[in-house]
Amino acid sequence: MIRFEPRENVSSTYAVLVPVIAGIAALALAAIPISAAGADVQGAFIAMAKGAFGSPFAISELLARATPLILTGLAAAVAFKAKLWNIGAEGQLYVGALAAVAVGSGAISAPPYIMIPLIIAAGMMAGGTLMLVPTLLKTKLGADEVVTTLLLNFVVLLFVQMMLEGPMKDPMGMGWPQSEPISAAATLPKMFPRLRVHWGLVIALVSALIVFIIMTRSVWGFEIRATGENVSAARHAGIPVTATYVKVGLVSGALAGLAGVSEVAGLKGYLTADLSPGFGYTGIVVAMLAGLSPLGVVAAAIFIAAVFVGADSMSRAMSVSNYIADLIVALSLLCVLVSGLFVRFKMRFVRPKLPKKKEAEEF
Amino acid sequence: MAHENQESGAERDLLLALDSITKRFGDLIANKDVSLELHSGEIVALLGENGAGKTTLMNILFGHYVADEGAVTVRSRSGALEVLEPGAPHAALDAGIGMVHQHFTLAENLSGLENIVLGTESLWAGRFSRSKARAKLKKLMETSGLEVDLDVRVSRLAVGERQRVEILKALYRDARILVLDEPTAVLTPQESESLFATIKKLAAQGLGIIFISHKMVEVLGHSDRVAVLRSGEIVADLETSICNRQMLADLMVGHSVETVQRTPGNPGKPFLRLQEVCAGEGREALDHVSLSLRRGEIIGLAGVSGNGQATLQKLISGLQTVTSGSITLEGKPLPAKASAAIKQGVARIPEDRHHDGIVGSLSVASNLVIEEIRRPAYQRFGLLRYGAIKRRAEAAIKAYDIRCPGPRARARLLSGGNIQKIVLARTLDQHPALVLAAQPSRGLDVGATADVHRRLLEARDRGAGVLLISEDLDELFQLSDRIAVIHRGHLSAPVPTEALDKSAVGLMMAGLEPKKEEAA
Repeated sequence: MIRFEPRENVSSTYAVLVPVIAGIAALALAAIPISAAGADVQGAFIAMAKGAFGSPFAISELLARATPLILTGLAAAVAFKAKLWNIGAEGQLYVGALAAVAVGSGAISAPPYIMIPLIIAAGMMAGGTLMLVPTLLKTKLGADEVVTTLLLNFVVLLFVQMMLEGPMKDPMGMGWPQSEPISAAATLPKMFPRLRVHWGLVIALVSALIVFIIMTRSVWGFEIRATGENVSAARHAGIPVTATYVKVGLVSGALAGLAGVSEVAGLKGYLTADLSPGFGYTGIVVAMLAGLSPLGVVAAAIFIAAVFVGADSMSRAMSVSNYIADLIVALSLLCVLVSGLFVRFKMRFVRPKLPKKKEAEEF
Repeated sequence: MAHENQESGAERDLLLALDSITKRFGDLIANKDVSLELHSGEIVALLGENGAGKTTLMNILFGHYVADEGAVTVRSRSGALEVLEPGAPHAALDAGIGMVHQHFTLAENLSGLENIVLGTESLWAGRFSRSKARAKLKKLMETSGLEVDLDVRVSRLAVGERQRVEILKALYRDARILVLDEPTAVLTPQESESLFATIKKLAAQGLGIIFISHKMVEVLGHSDRVAVLRSGEIVADLETSICNRQMLADLMVGHSVETVQRTPGNPGKPFLRLQEVCAGEGREALDHVSLSLRRGEIIGLAGVSGNGQATLQKLISGLQTVTSGSITLEGKPLPAKASAAIKQGVARIPEDRHHDGIVGSLSVASNLVIEEIRRPAYQRFGLLRYGAIKRRAEAAIKAYDIRCPGPRARARLLSGGNIQKIVLARTLDQHPALVLAAQPSRGLDVGATADVHRRLLEARDRGAGVLLISEDLDELFQLSDRIAVIHRGHLSAPVPTEALDKSAVGLMMAGLEPKKEEAA
């Protein structure tokens, strides 16, 4: 018989080690569907590793993919730390991209050092404002933000489609539902010639650092942690709980909006309704894998990006469907959630028979 | 009274034997080589401080935990002594062990009858026979003296009635061994008396009873034998008749304890005034409550929980507003905002210290500064001054003797007494004008309780007005300069403690008019 007993103290090494093991376990479990697909398992994993890390091009693709995941991961991590369950990063990403396109596709013309901060500000404000709605519904009316943020994703996506079919449709777009391109002045420059990785990555890394400082060093972070861990005691101790939720909502939404700006102005150049292959939702996995640590988000985002990019390349080489990437991501989330059990509890094997007298057990 | 049972002591049957039970949680030894016997017709008190291992021991008995060493032997229904299967609550139930937990395990949305029958009917039986169950319960109520309306939903029952349902639940399952965990913690003195009368009746019928307690008075008054548990070990197992209060207290703590003595206060001018305050809803509603508190005095508010104290606490803590009437502090209206109340010098010691007092997963240091985190002492430009926070924490840990691995330890890992010391340090060190202490020693051991009492008297002597909300009459009489009673949202006028006696206050807590004139 197995019993679970709560651990008193969770060591920090353990907290780092467990998600790493979870990631490895997820990759190992992926061997089952790969071999079921009839491919050579060892070759498949080598192809994945090469696809993700094997060349400057591969690493560039990996980092370009990690960029939005870092930002949506941070959006989820900040909100979840306060137990504000923002499932709406996907929608916030799209309104951020929409705002960036609205400002940056010719409406204003100015040099890059004005245009780039301008579209960033527009995107962050749009994302933050969108998240403000469910946050206020939660604090004022007690509406469950899981439901409201999730449903807003669909509202936003339909709104974006409407805009792309209507007012924001590119007249030069050959009839495709896409926006006008971001002007050259508002485009985030590429970091290296002929590679797709762009300055959005630097913005994402700086964001991670700022969020890390806010969460660990500032009064805000203190209040966010206290509110998330025990809202009742926080309120009793005079922490402005409602204001804290609003701040968290704004920051979380703004980070997701920034992900949209980075994608549209750094990578795609114009907005379409398939800008994001679920970066908002994958950000939740990233945040959970990172244990809600802002710096951990960077590592987790790179891992998840490597899985996606590596699996893409592997599927081309081995004729295994690239859905395998989604499978590994899903498996790693499950492994992390299960491993959370091992972080918080320790497992004891108890013999069901009667214990002999004076027989000491280990542990 | 207890001696009737002892006469037949020689022939008493052994019902239960705990044999060298040891239980470890990591490095912590919760129970060490504990042996205890229980005979038919016997009432055993298990006395010990919080954290002494009483509850762990009973959880092993009931199969919630598995002992690392040792075994439990029970007389089975067939009459033979058998080893109880460890880690199996159903085995304990089958063997006739009934447990009444401190926190009741009743489904609030079901009636008393349904709660009692719950789990005894086979899943395949279809409808259960209410009339049969009712007949059995009626007989049980007659023989035990436990009267309760079985058809009322549990959520509508008072605490004492819920406890009776719990006991009936155990008896319905033909329990022959009844374990009660801190049974009087939530009862008025009168209710406690009637509970012990019931326990005596049950013992006379041949049941073996273990009650867990840390109150010396009830242990001395109502048990045949007392086992004292200290740091997981049985340090004494004695006939109650040869024990006295001081001896048990010393055994329990391991060294002599002094209780805090109140000296006459030196009250100043009234500074907190409640005038015709109405607030809250339902059981916790306040109905035209008026009170005036002077500086340098302690007013004790006696009353069973759930009579409006929660609303009063929220009002004074700045978490709720009045519907009518007014609360003023030094002539100014009390703000309905926790942070503003703290700034005006209100120290709040909440009733539920785990839920409202501390953020368990934050560090001890964080919890020590949480009320003052925005003050320039602890932050500059919105960034935390970790050095200052650490120094403050180290000073408080030293001054209040908070036992913890260090300022960075998670507050959740501390014992109840040390958690309360965190709350005391962070509130009282701000030199408050008003101290609101709600059940400040509930669940604390003798040593920690004395510490809390000393701190409250110190605050009073510094010139603070203290509002002490408590169910514990000993505590109220020990600390209060004046005592008022709260019942169903009504507050009686405070009366100097010297002019009151405990039984009169006990009656008022139960909503009855005391016969004596001076207490009215």
